[in-house]
Amino acid sequence: MSLPTDRKYTASHEWVKADGDVFAVGITDNAQDQLGDLVFVGDVNVGAKLKAGDTAGVVESVKAASDIYAPVSGEIVAFNDELEGTPNLINESAYTAWIFKIKPDNPADVDGLLDAAGYEAANG
Amino acid sequence: MSATLQRTPLFDEHVAAGARLVDFGGWEMPLSYGSQIEEHHAVRQAAGMFDVSHMLNVDVAGPRAHDFLRRLVANDVARLTVPGKALYSCMLNPQGGVIDDLIVYFFAPDRWRVVVNAATADKDIAWMRRVAASDGFDVAITPRRDLAMVAVQGPEARAKVWAVRPAWRAASEPLGPFSAAQIDAGTLVARTGYTGEDGFEIVLPATDVAALWRDLAAQGVRPCGLGARDTLRLEAGMNLYGQDMDELTQPDQAGLSWTVSLKDPQRRFIGRDALEQHATPAAFLGLKLQERGVMRAHMAVRTALGDGELTSGTMSPTLGVSVGFARLPAGVKPGDAVQVDIRGKWVPAQVCKLPFVRNGKAVEHS
Repeated sequence: MSLPTDRKYTASHEWVKADGDVFAVGITDNAQDQLGDLVFVGDVNVGAKLKAGDTAGVVESVKAASDIYAPVSGEIVAFNDELEGTPNLINESAYTAWIFKIKPDNPADVDGLLDAAGYEAANG
Repeated sequence: MSATLQRTPLFDEHVAAGARLVDFGGWEMPLSYGSQIEEHHAVRQAAGMFDVSHMLNVDVAGPRAHDFLRRLVANDVARLTVPGKALYSCMLNPQGGVIDDLIVYFFAPDRWRVVVNAATADKDIAWMRRVAASDGFDVAITPRRDLAMVAVQGPEARAKVWAVRPAWRAASEPLGPFSAAQIDAGTLVARTGYTGEDGFEIVLPATDVAALWRDLAAQGVRPCGLGARDTLRLEAGMNLYGQDMDELTQPDQAGLSWTVSLKDPQRRFIGRDALEQHATPAAFLGLKLQERGVMRAHMAVRTALGDGELTSGTMSPTLGVSVGFARLPAGVKPGDAVQVDIRGKWVPAQVCKLPFVRNGKAVEHS
């Protein structure tokens, strides 16, 4: 399955997509497939100022918990609370079910992330 | 995946069905065939089937078989007097630690069947032979890797089995729980399971198992993997060896004292001295998380009487909350409020009796 090319990716399996002056972050279809049925998405602190690579939240499947990371340094400005009741939206549609939104300290940092081809090459 | 993993006679069926395969105790086994939560619900609401051929059937035969098993196993096999009747128990080491949990089937005083876990099978056979030799029991201990095993579980499970194997119905319909019928020399149908639902565990020649699997699938029985097996057994309050108990755990510390019989003072089963002289009391109970999140094995539990630990935990697909088993200080009781360390945050949980779910329905905890 081909990856959406309208966004960037991280080696830790997040996708990052521009949404106005902030960026929506979710996990890739590959990541949700590896995790299996998701049962919990949370521990996201809106208002937290994070450095790139800091833990921004957690996604848990029936079998395991997996951290999700801030792709760039910035402030968490939103959490998708629709996922509280229906975490499996990520299983059904990983590229529309965003988890949190981040306002980067330096929006140019996003340009340094992987593009679809780069992510695919790293996980081929 | 390592080339040294063992495969069951149903391996090709799993691959053809698109199963996600994992290493489970040295066996390459299906984790799920798609959605493990849907597999879970299929067993609670209709019927699902599990390849459990990695578990080992062991024949124990000979004139001293009965005496040998009374020495080897913590429960008393003397209570099995009707052919086909089974009991669940543990083999203990001299310290009272659990070597394995198992099911013993009685066929005749000189003919028994023991079913043990996959990961422990080699160790179990070595232990059984060592006990037989050192205590002078003349018994033949025969691992039966020529046999396969399928668990068909759920409210519709028995009817589905009869639909595909009508000849088995007469012998298996009268079976009560924890009883088995020998259909022929190689085939055993037992009303047992690891899900909290009705159903059968079917032991049959490895050469016959693929046909049974396909026939059941065609009848609408959903193939289920180890993932669903784990959430089902957790809801049903059933222990998993290596996780909820091991060689350093006495039955009391794992909620298994009901599988130990101390009734006959003359029966000196292995481990009995340790249980009587060096008991290690603990409460082993269920936990229900009171907030969102998922409890996992090894998380710390804080109680009014001291600290404990989760041995198993998951999100319960039936209840929609996280449930788990915990080893807690003696004196902790169902209804007590405790806290669980979930990723650095203390989250409230309620102590409760096991199981959480039985026969498709949530068990009410006040």
